[in-house]
Amino acid sequence: MKVTCFHLLIQLLNAPEREVGLSLADWDRVLRLARRSNLMGRLAESLEACSVRERLPAQVQPHMAAALALSAHQSQAIIWEARHIAAALAPLNTRVVLLKGAAYAAAKLKAARGRLYGDVDILVPEPQLPEVEAAMMLHGWTAGHIDPYDDRYYRRWMHELPPMVHLKRGTVVDVHHNILPRTARNAPLAERLLQAAVALPDSPFAVLAPCDMVVHSATHLFHEGELGNGLRDLLDLADLMTEFSMRDPAFWPALTTRARELGLLWPLRLAFRYLVQVLDFPVPPEALVDAGAGSMADRLRDMLYLPGFRPDHPLCASPATAIAKSLLYLRGHMLRMPPGLLLAHLGRKGWMHLYKSSSRTAV
Amino acid sequence: MAPRREKIGDLDVSELRDMLARGELAIRTGPLTFRIQCDFPDVAASIHSLYAAHPVLIRPDFADFHVAVRSPHNLRRWFRPQAEFFIDGDPPFEPLPRDQAPALLEWGMNWTIAASCHQWFSIHAASLERNGRAVIFPAPPGSGKSTLCAALAWRGWRLLSDELTLLDPDTLRANALARPINLKNASIELLRSFSPDAEWSPETYDTSKGWVAHMRPPAGSVARMHEQAMPRWIVFPRYVPDAEPMLTPRSKTATFMPIAENAFNYGTLGRTGFEVITRLLDQCDCYDFIYSRLEDAIEVFDWIAESDQEPRQVSSGGGT
Repeated sequence: MKVTCFHLLIQLLNAPEREVGLSLADWDRVLRLARRSNLMGRLAESLEACSVRERLPAQVQPHMAAALALSAHQSQAIIWEARHIAAALAPLNTRVVLLKGAAYAAAKLKAARGRLYGDVDILVPEPQLPEVEAAMMLHGWTAGHIDPYDDRYYRRWMHELPPMVHLKRGTVVDVHHNILPRTARNAPLAERLLQAAVALPDSPFAVLAPCDMVVHSATHLFHEGELGNGLRDLLDLADLMTEFSMRDPAFWPALTTRARELGLLWPLRLAFRYLVQVLDFPVPPEALVDAGAGSMADRLRDMLYLPGFRPDHPLCASPATAIAKSLLYLRGHMLRMPPGLLLAHLGRKGWMHLYKSSSRTAV
Repeated sequence: MAPRREKIGDLDVSELRDMLARGELAIRTGPLTFRIQCDFPDVAASIHSLYAAHPVLIRPDFADFHVAVRSPHNLRRWFRPQAEFFIDGDPPFEPLPRDQAPALLEWGMNWTIAASCHQWFSIHAASLERNGRAVIFPAPPGSGKSTLCAALAWRGWRLLSDELTLLDPDTLRANALARPINLKNASIELLRSFSPDAEWSPETYDTSKGWVAHMRPPAGSVARMHEQAMPRWIVFPRYVPDAEPMLTPRSKTATFMPIAENAFNYGTLGRTGFEVITRLLDQCDCYDFIYSRLEDAIEVFDWIAESDQEPRQVSSGGGT
C-alpha cells in the first residue's frame, strides 16, 4: 500500500485523464502526498487542463479549486516580484538572468504551471555583484541580521550572496554569480552560461538557453542536500525536456553535448536515470547512450535517490528512507566542498545547533 | 448490536483515547473533516468535552486534513516537554509547552483552514446567524469579538465561527464551522457566570496570550452546522469599560480596508477577493458597536435582528 499511493500520484500526474479509476480512499492518500510534495497546484492544473474536474469526487473538488486559486496567485506574484527586481537593477545596465521557477514563469514555459515559488533566483556577472547588492539594498532588500559565520560562509565559499529579504514584502531574492559553489569540484564558468543566455521579449530579463536551463535544473537537483522538493524538481525537468524537444528536433544531442562541454554530464545522466525510473519518462535511447550507461556507482546511488524522491510523508516512510535522507544531506555537502572544509562546517553547524534548538536557518 | 457512534459524545473517553492514539478518529466540523492522531490523554479529554455534539467518523475513506499533535523528536521530550502540531507530517510552526497541547490542536486546525482553504474567502472574524442572516465581526484580537460571539451564541443566535468566517465566493454565503470558542483572561470568568451551563476545556497559561480556555459550542449550533447563512450585517465591536452601549452606522467605504486586512486570502484570491468584498458591502449594513455589559449587547443585537424581519432586496442599506 505504501508503494502504490506514491505510484498513483505519479500515474495521475503523468496521465490525469485516467483519473476515473481512483477510489475515494486513493484520493485521500494521493492528495496528502501531493500536499506534502508541493504538487497540489500542478495536480490541479493538469486535471483542469484535461477538463476532468467535474468528474472528480465531490470531496476532492474543493481542494482542487483551492489549489488552482493559489497557483494563479503564485504565477502573478512571481512576475510582480520580478518586476520590482527589474526596477531596482535597471540603472545598472547589466544582464540579469532569471533562474529556475522565476525563469519558467517569465518564459511562459509549461514547467511553470501550478508551481509554487519560494525565492526568486537571479544570476548576474560576478564583477557586478557589489553594485547589484547595493542596488537591491537601496530598494529594500537586505540580508538582515545574519550570523557573521553564515555571512562569511556565503561570501567566501558559495555561488550566491546571503539570501536578501525585502523589508516590506518579506520576499526573498537569491543573487547568484554562478550555478555551483566556488568550492564545488566542477563549477562551470559562469560567463559561458551568461553568454548563451536568451533575452526575453518584452522583458528586461534573460533566461538560460534551453540546454543550459535543463543542465542547471539537473545540477541543482543533484547537488541538493535534501530532496524536499525532489519530486517537483524531477517533474520540472520532465516538463522542460518535453517542451524543448518538441520545439527543436536537435534538442537531445545538443543537450548531452552542452552538458559535456560544461563538465556537467553526470547530473544530466542521473536526471535521465531517475526520470525513467521514477516518472517512467520517455528519454530517447540515443540520449541515454550518449549520456553514458549506468555504472555500479549509479546503482548504489539508487539506494539514496529512489527513497529520496518519495514524499517525506508518513505514508511513504520507512527506516531505509530516514537513512537515505541523512546520507543525501551528507552527499549534498560533499559535492559542495572538499572534505576538510566540510568537516569544519558541519562541526560548526552542529555546535551552533546545540544552542539554538529551534533554529531553522537554511544553510 | 454495537452501540451507535454518531457523535463524539457517544464514545467513552478511553475508547476515544485509543482511537485518537491510533489515528482512526475524524471529526466533522461544518464542511470539513479533520482526521486526528494524538496519544496525549489531555487532548483526548479535551476533544471528548469540546466536540461532544460533533459527528464522529471512524477510519473514514476520506478526510480533508490529516493532523497530529506529538512530542517533538528531541531532548525536550524529557526536559520541559513540548507539543508540536503536524499536518501530513509537516510542522508548520514552532512547538509549544506540553500543557498547551489541547489549545495547540485548536489553533493548528484554524491555521490549516486559513492556510489551505482558498475555495472560500476567509476572514479573521466571528460570525453568527439568526433567521438565515449572518452578522460578521471582523475585529482585531482584544476587541472583545470572541466574548460577544460566545454570549450571543447562548442567547438566540447560532454560532457559525468565532475565528474564521468562510464565504463562498460565488454565493457569498457564510459556512458554519461550529468550533469551540477561544476565550482569554477576564472573558473566561465573565462567560462562566453569563452561561453557567457551558462546558469548558481546562484553562492554560500562554505566555503571549495570558490565560486561555475553549468553550464547547452550543449543541443547537453544532446540529445545524451544515446550514449556510447570508451575510447581512458587518459590526466592529469594541469593549470599553463602563461604556453605555452605542451602535453607530459606519461608511461602507471605510469598511472595505478593515475587511481586506482581516482576510487571510484577500491577496491570494486577487480579483475574486476584491469582488467578494464589494458585493458583501453592497448587501450588508455596517456598524461600530461599543459596549461594556453583555446584557446590553444582547438587547442591541435582538433589535438588529428584529428590525430586519422583512425579506428585502439588497439596497444601499443604512450604513452610508
